[in-house]
Amino acid sequence: MQRHEVTLTVNGRTSTVSVEPRKLLVDVLREDLGLSGAHIGCEHGVCGTCTVLRDGRSIRSCTTFAVQVDGAEIRTVEGLADGAELHPLQDEFWDKQGLQCGFCTPGMLMRACEIVEQKPDVSREEVREGIASNLCRCTGYQFITDAVCAAAARMHSGSSETSGAQA
Amino acid sequence: MTTTDRPAAPPVRTHKEDRTWVGRSIRRVEDPKFLRGRGGYIGDMTVPGMLYAAVLRSPHAHAVIAGIDVVEALAAPGVHAVITGEQAAELCDPLPDFGPNPAAHTWRCLAVDKVRYVGEGVAVVVADSRYLAEDALALIEVEYEPLPAVVDPERALEDGAPLVHDDLGSNCAYERTFDFGDVERDFAEADVIVTDRLRWHRSGGQPLETVGAVADFDHATGALTVHTNSLSFTSYLFMVAGTMKIPANKLDIRPVPAGGSFGSKLFATKPAVIAGMCSRQVGRPVQYLEDRVDNMSNCDHHGSDRVYDVRLAVMRDGTIRGVDIDTVEDYGAYIQFGVGHHGNALAQVVGPYAMTSVRYRVRAALTNKNQQGAYRGFGSEVNNWMLEQMVDKAARELDLDPVELRRRNFIREFPHFIPTGNVYDSGDYDAVLDKALELSEYKRWRIEQAKAREEGRCIGIGLITAQERSVFSATEFWFWFDEPGAPVTSMPESVTLKVDATGGITATLYSCAFWGNSPETMVAQLVAEEFDCDPHDVSIVYQGSKNGLPATGPGGSRTTVMLAGAVEGATAKIKAKALRAAAHLLEANPDDLEWVDGGYQVKGVPEQRKSLADIAVMLHLFKHSFPEDMESGLEDSKVFDHPYTTMPSADRTDLGVFYPFMGHACHVPVVEVDLETGSVSFLAYAAVHDCGTLVNPRSLAGHIVGGTAQGIGTALYEEFVYDDDGQLLTSSFLDYLIPSAMEVPELRIAHHETPSPYTLHGIKGGGEGGRMMAPAAINVAVNDALAHLGVRVTELPITPDRLRAAIRAAESARGRE
Ligand code: FES
Ligand code: FES
Repeated sequence: MQRHEVTLTVNGRTSTVSVEPRKLLVDVLREDLGLSGAHIGCEHGVCGTCTVLRDGRSIRSCTTFAVQVDGAEIRTVEGLADGAELHPLQDEFWDKQGLQCGFCTPGMLMRACEIVEQKPDVSREEVREGIASNLCRCTGYQFITDAVCAAAARMHSGSSETSGAQA
Repeated sequence: MTTTDRPAAPPVRTHKEDRTWVGRSIRRVEDPKFLRGRGGYIGDMTVPGMLYAAVLRSPHAHAVIAGIDVVEALAAPGVHAVITGEQAAELCDPLPDFGPNPAAHTWRCLAVDKVRYVGEGVAVVVADSRYLAEDALALIEVEYEPLPAVVDPERALEDGAPLVHDDLGSNCAYERTFDFGDVERDFAEADVIVTDRLRWHRSGGQPLETVGAVADFDHATGALTVHTNSLSFTSYLFMVAGTMKIPANKLDIRPVPAGGSFGSKLFATKPAVIAGMCSRQVGRPVQYLEDRVDNMSNCDHHGSDRVYDVRLAVMRDGTIRGVDIDTVEDYGAYIQFGVGHHGNALAQVVGPYAMTSVRYRVRAALTNKNQQGAYRGFGSEVNNWMLEQMVDKAARELDLDPVELRRRNFIREFPHFIPTGNVYDSGDYDAVLDKALELSEYKRWRIEQAKAREEGRCIGIGLITAQERSVFSATEFWFWFDEPGAPVTSMPESVTLKVDATGGITATLYSCAFWGNSPETMVAQLVAEEFDCDPHDVSIVYQGSKNGLPATGPGGSRTTVMLAGAVEGATAKIKAKALRAAAHLLEANPDDLEWVDGGYQVKGVPEQRKSLADIAVMLHLFKHSFPEDMESGLEDSKVFDHPYTTMPSADRTDLGVFYPFMGHACHVPVVEVDLETGSVSFLAYAAVHDCGTLVNPRSLAGHIVGGTAQGIGTALYEEFVYDDDGQLLTSSFLDYLIPSAMEVPELRIAHHETPSPYTLHGIKGGGEGGRMMAPAAINVAVNDALAHLGVRVTELPITPDRLRAAIRAAESARGRE
């Protein structure tokens, strides 16, 4: 099969890969770029474990061909933390136990990132509705919602402190 | 057997009051890697030279395989091997199977001669990439001769039904009736006998990560190394070695984190066997990782699928005397765990109620569907649902308050032996109920309900009280047979604790892999409690099966209790050595020393003290400072065996103790039913659980919410639907509907703590509770919303079409009146 050159900027770093036109973005991220944070839960666009940001908007990388995103700016979970320092979303997911098995977590974090970046004063109801795009089989979403709301409040106020004690 | 000749219970323990770490909601020590997208799941693993396998699935529910042509597939680009079912049967023996008669319903990694369900594997391709492997699958030509399929479990048991396994001669894999207590008398003396027919359709764990394995067979040594996310690997190791026809000491299974399990990755041996078989064939490492359709159609872990005919013997004052259960279970095409799911139900078959007799008849039907495995609750959640529907119906028929009827029947003295012989170690059901009534604002909702009804709105409140067994014993799998030829299994769990020269502690776990629970955090908290350190400073290692200590693995909410026992035992050994070392260093009598804040000191003279680090460095580097018989280092292990399990009686009128640590919960969902659309939405949801002493309350709360979300799926949305021809209509997340954040309400959660008298700190298992309660509670709530219209739903999931059908039926029944 003919191969195509695709240039992607992933978490600020630009790479060019040579891929078959049928190769999925999630496979390019995982196999060609060594970024295994985007997971494959269903491969048919429903679960959201493969969620990454393309030019700031969340997409399903399992139903996106890499050739479709040539030239795009992609953000993945690996780009969230600043070295040793976790992003407020990651920190609040940890504090509020917004994860159990962790498999939905990278996709959920990227979707949450989009939500809080688009609307810093997002309400709890809007968070719930927003993350309904992504399935989590472990948590029942309540502590994820807690975490996203706490992170949004923290990012909004510019504070680096964890928001509160645990239940 | 009478109570007097029961084997003695373990000694009753006293629990320490002032705990530092046990009982605190700390951040989980597992989480940072997952938050950074570096979980290290099986799909993340690459090995130099690794190839990829893909399995060709049957499109037919039941068909003879008349021929398979793989010539074109073998010639396809990047293909290294194609193995058909017939070839696989030469390479491997049947898969590990605890079914009643494996010789007559033989289960293999790929189908031979005929396929028995849609999705059953018929051939596997190994290629350079998964893409190329799937390309080659499309080139395999299989000639099928379709046979009539049998899909309904009751029809499967009728004469003349198509046979799933010809060798078995029928589709009934197992049948037995047990009587416990005086069933005849209880039913003869009952004022009212409440009867019902109930239907629970199949759903499944469906973790977001599928099952997979990376296998590497070394022809030089004959050793097979398998990395897998399938749990309980120390239990199935011997059996998988048998399947692979290699000595058990040549098989090393190594765990990687599992992206969810909920039972469905317990004992999932097929992917490991397929990967192992392929690797041995091609001489290179091979990954086999199910895709979602593989998993939904071919995972061997669909959940329970039952028809019930039930009778409840009740007195006019509400006293429940006994229950008579007749159930047909649809096991699908194979029956790998036998009827262990019903053993599970028998552990808590009477719920929290003090009834005196039980009749239990089970028939296991084989049909043309993917087989059953484990799903959170393992069959006891279905029993909870059945019993609570019956109790609720009894309250309506006797015109008694459903809360008071439940309370009237509560067991109040512990330990309590239920008619089947299992013990409930402790509990306080009144306290849980009181807390739930308050938390749920039950009274207020009853007023709201009445108001809403005046407006024509249908609000329902679904209070249920039910059990949550923990720490199973394998007797539940074999007491079905009169001559199983086995004594009680000890089902150990092990921990090694190592104190390094700086006083740092590493705990090694055997067989207890991670799947979304928190074995690392839990063990770290328990270690921290013993050694007065910070749990985040404890290092955790997961050992593979090679060099492993005896271990069983998770299942039946056993991990926390069993690992706590092992940690306690290993700690005692280490502290004994540390005490002796400290006494030697302080030139004091060991009896004069006490453990205080991470070290030993002379009683009343705190300045005369050696910290754990002081002791450890001496023991590691300066052994010659100690008596001759002390060895270097500070490391020890404990193999902790099941603390309380006893033999069944020979006549099986008493099944012995097999699930002793009994949790309890009360769930109170408030729902509103839309009569026009048949949809159900939540107005509120409260849950109170008692799983003994809590280790990490926030983690348990997370499991309660998550389990409840799954229970909502079971109650309202999720179903593996097979049509009359055995086609699986729900083979993707587009039609198998997992609840999203919009379907799951905010839960109010409270814990009650009744310690177990028999375990460290009084801990009981608690990971399955949400799903064990929610389906029962939601069904009761829906019926409560619609009772005034004469609607009673007896089938799960309560999909809009089922609910509309029930509403229509009631309407036309009213019209006829
Ligand atoms: S893997 Fe992409 S949506 Fe499920
Ligand atoms: S944490 Fe397991 S799927 Fe979300």
